[in-house]
Amino acid sequence: MKIEDKKRVLREMVLHRRFEERCYQAYIERKIGGFLHLYPGQEACCNGVMEAARPGQDYVITGYRDHVHAIKCGADPKEVMAELYGKETGSSKGRGGSMHIFDAAHHFMGGYALVGGPFPLAAGIAKAIQLKGGDEIAICFLGDAANNQGVFHETLNMAALWKLPVLFVCENNLYGIGTSIERSTAVVHQHKRVAAYNIPSAECDGQDIDIVYEHARKAVDHVRAGNGPYFLELMTYRYRGHSMSDSRGYRSREEEEEWKQRDPIFMLRDRLITAGALTMADYEAMEKETDAYIENEVIKFAEESPEPRVEDLEKYVLADRASQQPWLTGKAA
Amino acid sequence: MAQIMLWEAIQRAHDEEMSRDPLVICMGEDIGVAGGTYKATKGLFEKYGPLRVMDTPISEGGFTGLAIGASFLGVRPIVEIMSVNFAWLAMDQMFNSAAKIRYMSGGQIEAPCVFRSAGGAAHQLGAQHSARMEKVFMGVAGLRVVTPSNPKQAYGLLKSAIRSNDPVFINEHELMYNMKGEVPDAEYFHPLEGSDIARSGTDVTLFGYNISVHWCLKAAEILDKQYGISAEVVDLYSLAPLDRAGIKQSVSKTHRVVIAEEDEAPVGVGSEIIAIINEECFFELDAAPVRVHSALVPQPYNHTLEKAAIPDHEDVVKAVLKLFGKA
Ligand SMILES: Cc1ncc(C[n+]2csc(CCOP(=O)(O)OP(=O)(O)O)c2C)c(N)n1
Ligand SMILES: [Mg+2]
Repeated sequence: MKIEDKKRVLREMVLHRRFEERCYQAYIERKIGGFLHLYPGQEACCNGVMEAARPGQDYVITGYRDHVHAIKCGADPKEVMAELYGKETGSSKGRGGSMHIFDAAHHFMGGYALVGGPFPLAAGIAKAIQLKGGDEIAICFLGDAANNQGVFHETLNMAALWKLPVLFVCENNLYGIGTSIERSTAVVHQHKRVAAYNIPSAECDGQDIDIVYEHARKAVDHVRAGNGPYFLELMTYRYRGHSMSDSRGYRSREEEEEWKQRDPIFMLRDRLITAGALTMADYEAMEKETDAYIENEVIKFAEESPEPRVEDLEKYVLADRASQQPWLTGKAA
Repeated sequence: MAQIMLWEAIQRAHDEEMSRDPLVICMGEDIGVAGGTYKATKGLFEKYGPLRVMDTPISEGGFTGLAIGASFLGVRPIVEIMSVNFAWLAMDQMFNSAAKIRYMSGGQIEAPCVFRSAGGAAHQLGAQHSARMEKVFMGVAGLRVVTPSNPKQAYGLLKSAIRSNDPVFINEHELMYNMKGEVPDAEYFHPLEGSDIARSGTDVTLFGYNISVHWCLKAAEILDKQYGISAEVVDLYSLAPLDRAGIKQSVSKTHRVVIAEEDEAPVGVGSEIIAIINEECFFELDAAPVRVHSALVPQPYNHTLEKAAIPDHEDVVKAVLKLFGKA
């Protein structure tokens, strides 16, 4: 990555961190409801991979921990926050919520709540790309525990069999809710599991964005060149609980502190300072500006946006009737 | 108009739509090189090749999800699930992904997928190959469910399902693929909503769908010839949405109702029709509606027990006679 790109990415990662922390606060204030899964600690994963890809063009799909992936693809943070507030201006018009952010215009194909559900959808998106002859790729970001679903294996088999242009990124944060990977999974290193399908893979540090980027470039190039799927495992850690109801009784504070010593944002910041490309004052200004933007624009937009109308409750269940004639009743529209 | 078999009608719909639109594809187990368990995709592999006629691994959840993902980008997959009993493995993707994507994305993404599957009891296939599951599908918001009773419907419903932007589940029947019937020579689209009056009558309405339409027609013949009862047969080819207006219209004419379904009774098509009658036209009834349905048992293997578990036209006749106090 060029130094200018690194500075831009640092600013983005600060936004991603502060956005999530602000969600936490809004949840406590009961502005956000339902399940809320936050991303702090894992920022280098999404950013490192997407810097090696083409955000907005390549198709991205993920699970319920999806705000940052959406924003990285180009979704407006204001619309993502409005979605969390359940507003009509939200990215899914308030019908989706935190776990179901979508931005089709930026090829962010969504957040899904069923663990493992996106695996075959990602392969299907790749199948569509293959049929249409485009040079985009599909990127599927999921957790470590998702790999214990049957569709993981079904999908790897089909993706390899049909040489589909799909990159599987496993964000291995060592836990599935409160169960550590050693207690749920016979093989801790997930990339070993894909070898059986003849899919090339790599595992790397998911906290250092430079390392993620280098590995992701290889992975993305492999897939884009038409060689079929690739599996990239990123070793990472989520700082907060799985969702808001999680008090982290299943892991030690020492373990958490150890991971925080290698914080993805601070590591990048310090590297830029050492290189003379940034000062601490620059960084502090970045944080301040980000907080001001979140407060004055993102939160303000979400707060002031209208609720969906109850009259529109049944909108979006099925396709608009007029556009579906004559298939529905045999009569012209 | 040519007389063709139901499988040929399905094959023709595939062929016409695939030759028109390169984004229409089909997939399933043994549908390509082998030509399809029910021959419904015969010859397509040779004509359209492996990229568009996909022999899938035995991974119902996986390939159904894959089809749905492809449909997000405008591909129109027709998925054959060999037997509806195997569709349970694909239901997560059908219900959680296909049926909900439009709503939870606020209208941004749609899943114009077609899922075809053979249900129903054939001959002694046992508990895990004889289920009817239409009642499971018809209660899911965001999914259309249709079920053909003849080759013309099989052809026209599939054509419309492929064109529709909603996900459509087509419930077929193991015993009906070789049934012959007339299909128009010209291209024809059967509406996905509504119902057909398969036989007009004045004394009682027999509601059926898919195979039970044929029990009803046979029963109507007997009732007319032997008992002087004029039965109307309504073919509910659309199970989701059910044709409320059509149901009301026929009940308001005959004032008596028998519903025939091959499925078990609880939480079923019959229950739903009776609920609709209650809501739409309760005071038109001269007698309480009667359901004809299978026994609430896993399908037995033994021939005699299997016959005892599944209703037929004689059960429909008996139900009508009971309704008229003649039995
Ligand atoms: C099919 C299904 N089973 C169970 C759950 C409940 N659940 C939600 S997240 C989760 C853990 C997933 O862990 P992982 O895949 O490692 O992702 P992470 O949250 O760590 O990013 C579980 C069990 C679910 N949402 N879906
Ligand atoms: Mg995890």
